[in-house]
Amino acid sequence: MSKKTLLNSKDIEIILHRLACELIENHNDFSNTVLIGLQPRGTYLANRLTALLKNEYSIKDLKLGLLDITFYRDDFRRRDSPLAATSTEIDFLIEDKKVVIIDDVLFSGRSIRAALTAIQSFGRPESIELLVLIDRRFSRHLPIQPNYKGRQVDAINEEKVLVSWKETHKKDAVYIEVK
Amino acid sequence: MDQLSVEHLLGIKYLKATDIDLIFKTADHFKEVINRPIKKVPSLRDITIANLFFENSTRTKLSFELAEKRLSADVINFSASQSSVKKGETLIDTVNNILSMKVDIVVMRHGNVGAGVFLSKHVNAKIINAGDGTHEHPTQALLDSYSIREKLGTVKGKKIVIVGDILHSRVALSNIFALQLQGAQVKVCGPTTLIPKYITSLGVEVETNLKKALEWCDVANVLRVQHERMDIKYFPSTREYTQLFGINKDVLDNLGKKIVIMHPGPINRGVEITSEVADSDQSIILNQVENGVAVRMAVIYLLAQQIKR
Repeated sequence: MSKKTLLNSKDIEIILHRLACELIENHNDFSNTVLIGLQPRGTYLANRLTALLKNEYSIKDLKLGLLDITFYRDDFRRRDSPLAATSTEIDFLIEDKKVVIIDDVLFSGRSIRAALTAIQSFGRPESIELLVLIDRRFSRHLPIQPNYKGRQVDAINEEKVLVSWKETHKKDAVYIEVK
Repeated sequence: MDQLSVEHLLGIKYLKATDIDLIFKTADHFKEVINRPIKKVPSLRDITIANLFFENSTRTKLSFELAEKRLSADVINFSASQSSVKKGETLIDTVNNILSMKVDIVVMRHGNVGAGVFLSKHVNAKIINAGDGTHEHPTQALLDSYSIREKLGTVKGKKIVIVGDILHSRVALSNIFALQLQGAQVKVCGPTTLIPKYITSLGVEVETNLKKALEWCDVANVLRVQHERMDIKYFPSTREYTQLFGINKDVLDNLGKKIVIMHPGPINRGVEITSEVADSDQSIILNQVENGVAVRMAVIYLLAQQIKR
């Protein structure tokens, strides 16, 4: 098993700034926009982007929610190990809001499909966009594409993309692991 | 994530402390779900659940049905009063007929002790006991503990007194098992005629003085007198029962501390508890009902997770 570094902390820093700027281009002051980080791993990216937008780009009123999609997944009872739920923290309605769903890696698209269903429980949004750090281009099972992406990767199915964050692994980095 | 250590929920007796923990953690998530604008998740889309109620019920039946629907399961309901049971059909026949319609989970309330265990040995479906005679009512005990945990932060080390008709109560027995499993101390209080002779063998203390029992406890779980299960007179009159074991505001105000009041319902207002107490801010009776849906969703979800196609 070998591990190759795809992005180091400097690359990630630059990408985060670019993603923040792209979001500002489309959402101005975010008065009608909410960010939704997908539990569990999308929340690190969501928190980081929120902090960046608030501190570096002086966006004052930014709403961030965390969404758990466990109960909406299509592989319930089809896996060997049971799924663990994490908490959902959305203390606002998303009725008529522009929603940006944030996740770390876009792979099959099934998590995003579940998130699209789950988000409806909080109202009818005006629109939904998708932001991911890594887009694995050739591995989609569903017709789902990101609106904002950090880096596109042509990893084959046997390869695994690992994202590590300062908060959990002491270091920001993205690796490709070959079995 | 861990799985439940059991294949059916037949009684608290069969559970481990880790099972209760897992059920409560899952229920926390479902409590958040049922407070959303749209209170439904699609997890159990392809699961069919039969609610078989051979005994009357309002709360439990509604609560189970709501929990099932909020998980998107298909639900069929059956009450013995409107069925072929009256025509002499046996329990296994009734249930097997229903299972032929491809049912995955059976929620059953039955007047006979052990009906759930019996069924689990003879039919191929997950069984959830919604009350079997005077034996167990596991989901009620789970939601009671869950409500205590929510109100006081933990169940461990708390002192709980169960007041009333212990002899005929499945809620009492399931509660004793559940509370002890989580490390709480349990006393029972009621007329000696309504306290089972061997209850102390479960590690439960008996207190026949209501005032002393309430002074000792953090939580009082008040039970109804089950007249329908009594074939002889166990106490002279309802009035005397109320005077000795009824909880009213004066009794509570003289305790010098604020205890939590619970009741699994149905309440006989003015008998075991006055309206003033039942509707006071010390009472968490309606929280118990809300938590009942979340806890039942958790139980059904966790059992459904074990079903393989």
